[in-house]
Amino acid sequence: MALKTKPGSSFRTHILVFLLPAALIYTLFMILPLIDTVRFSFYSEESGGPTTFVGWDNYILILTDERWWQDFTNALKNNFIFFVVHMLIQNPIGLLLAALLSLPRLKLANSYRTLIFMPTMLSVVIIGFIWKLILSPLWGVGDTLVGFVGMTDGLPALLGEESTALITLSLISVWQFVGIPMMLIYAALLNVPDDLVDAAIVDGANQWTAFWRIKLPLILPTVAMVSVLTFVANFNAFDLIYAVKGALAGPDFHTDIMGTLFYRTFFGFQLQPGSATMGATVASLMFLVILCGVMIYLFVIQRRLHRYQL
Amino acid sequence: MKISRRIGPLGVHAVLLCYTVIALFPIFLVVMNSFKSKRGIFRDPLAFPDATTFDLIGFEKVISRSSFDVYFSNSISVTVLSLLFVLLLGAMAAWALAEYDFPGSDLMALYLAIGIMIPIRLGSVSLLKMIVAMDLVNTLTALVLVYTAQGLPLAIFILREFMAQIPNDLKEAARCDGVSEYRIFWSIILPLVRPALATVAVFTMIPIWNDLWFPLILAPGEDTATVTLGIQQFIGQYVTDWNAVLASLTLAIVPILILYVIFSRQLIRGLTSGAVK
Repeated sequence: MALKTKPGSSFRTHILVFLLPAALIYTLFMILPLIDTVRFSFYSEESGGPTTFVGWDNYILILTDERWWQDFTNALKNNFIFFVVHMLIQNPIGLLLAALLSLPRLKLANSYRTLIFMPTMLSVVIIGFIWKLILSPLWGVGDTLVGFVGMTDGLPALLGEESTALITLSLISVWQFVGIPMMLIYAALLNVPDDLVDAAIVDGANQWTAFWRIKLPLILPTVAMVSVLTFVANFNAFDLIYAVKGALAGPDFHTDIMGTLFYRTFFGFQLQPGSATMGATVASLMFLVILCGVMIYLFVIQRRLHRYQL
Repeated sequence: MKISRRIGPLGVHAVLLCYTVIALFPIFLVVMNSFKSKRGIFRDPLAFPDATTFDLIGFEKVISRSSFDVYFSNSISVTVLSLLFVLLLGAMAAWALAEYDFPGSDLMALYLAIGIMIPIRLGSVSLLKMIVAMDLVNTLTALVLVYTAQGLPLAIFILREFMAQIPNDLKEAARCDGVSEYRIFWSIILPLVRPALATVAVFTMIPIWNDLWFPLILAPGEDTATVTLGIQQFIGQYVTDWNAVLASLTLAIVPILILYVIFSRQLIRGLTSGAVK
C-alpha cells in the first residue's frame, strides 16, 4: 500500500524549478544587499571616486568622533524610548483589548475588532499628517478637545517642544499599531480551548482570574513574539518621523531615531554631504542592534517559555 | 460577585466603545473637514459641513495640482504585481520545502526564514547601488523586485507550515495516476491552500501599499511616485493650504477604507487564522 514514490533522481528537476525562482530573487535582492552593505561599511569612498578598504575606520569614527558619537547615542537612546513606550503602552492595551474581545458571548465583538484595527491599515505617512494637523496650534481643534476634559489652557505644542515631541510621536505610533498585538493575541486566545476556562469557572473562578491564571500563561509565547516583532519594527521605524518632522528629526534632533540617522547619513543634509559608506556603517550597527534583540528572544526568552500542547 | 456580573458586560462595552472612538475619531475629523471651506475648517472643526460651509475647493486643488490618478495606478501596479510574485513563487518554494526530502532542505528553509526578522531596509545602500547599475532607478520594476524579495520569507514560512499538513492520500493517488508534479502543485495543492494564500496576501499587501522608504530612495520621480510618496511630497509643498492638505489625505484614506470595509471579514479571518501561532 505504502507506495512511497519519494522523488527519485528524475524528480529532482521539479524541486529546482519550484525552489529556484524564489531563492534567486530573495538572495539577489535581500541577502546579497545585506551582506554587501556590511562589507561596504569597511570601505571609504571619495565622492564619485574609487573605494578603498579602510578596515574598522568608519566604526572607530562613529565611536570616537565627538559629533558622530553624540548623534549615534542620541538616536539609539531615542529609539529605545520609542520602543519602551510601545512595550509599556501599545502591547498592554493590545492585550487588554484582545482579552475583552475574546470574552465568551460578547455582542458586537466583530464590529469592535474591525473598527479598532482600521488605523493600522493606513499608511504611517497619512497617520503622521492626520495627527500633525490635529495637534497643530493653528487649527485649534486640539484645544477644543482638551477643553471637554477640563483643560482650559489649551493644548501645548506637543510636537514642537523638545521635551514632548518624541513621546508624542511614540504615542501616535502606538495609536496606529495597537491593532497588531490585539489581533495576534486575540488569535492566540481563540485557540485556548473553552473547556479549560469553563472548568475553572465551574470551580468558582471568575473571568478575571481565569484570564490571569489560565489564558495568559498559555499565550505567553505569542506575547513574547509580539514583543520581538515590536522591537524589530521600532528599530526599523522611519516613515513617521520623516513625515511629521522631516529628515532632520527636530526640534534639534530630539526625535532622531536610527532610521532617520541612517537616512541622513546616507543621503546627507544641509550640514553634511551624504556618504554611502558611512550610511552602510550606520545600517550595519542597526543590523547588530536588531540581531541582538532577535538573539535574546531566540536563545533566552523562547527557551524559557513553556509551550503547552493544546 | 453578583454586582460584578451585572456591571461586567456594560463595563466591557464601555471600554471597547471608548477605544473605538479613540481609534476612529482622528480619521473621521480629517475626512469631515475636507468637505468644508477654509472658514468652516477653522471656525468650528467639530461641526459637520452644512450649506454654508460645504466646499469641494480642496479636492479641486488636489486634482488640478497633482497627479493623484498616476500615484494610484502606480501603487496598484506595484502592489498587485509584487503580490502575484510573492504568492506564486512563495507557494512554489514552500511546496518544494514541505514535500520533497532533499539534502539541505532544512538549511534552505532556515536560510529563507532569515528575512522574516531582518528588515530589507538595512541593505538599502547596496540595493540602491545595484538598482543604479541595472539602470532601474525611477522604475516600478525596481520596487516590484524589492517588494517581492521582502515578502517571500514570511510567505514561504506560513505556506510551508500549511502545506505540511495536507494529507498524503490526495497527492499519492494523483502520483499513482501518473499526474506530473507540476500538475499536482497547480491543480491540487494551490486550491487546497487558498485560505493560507489569503493570509499571506494580507501580510504582504499592507506594508507594500503603505511603504514610504523604497519609493523615496529607489523611485522618487513624479511619474513613478506611489500614493504614499505622492501625498508626502504634495503635503510638503502645500503645507499651508489646509483645504488641499485635508482633501489629499481624504483621497488617500477613503479608497482604503472602502476596500477595508468590503474585505474586512476575509482580512481579519486571515490575520487571526492559526498561521501565526
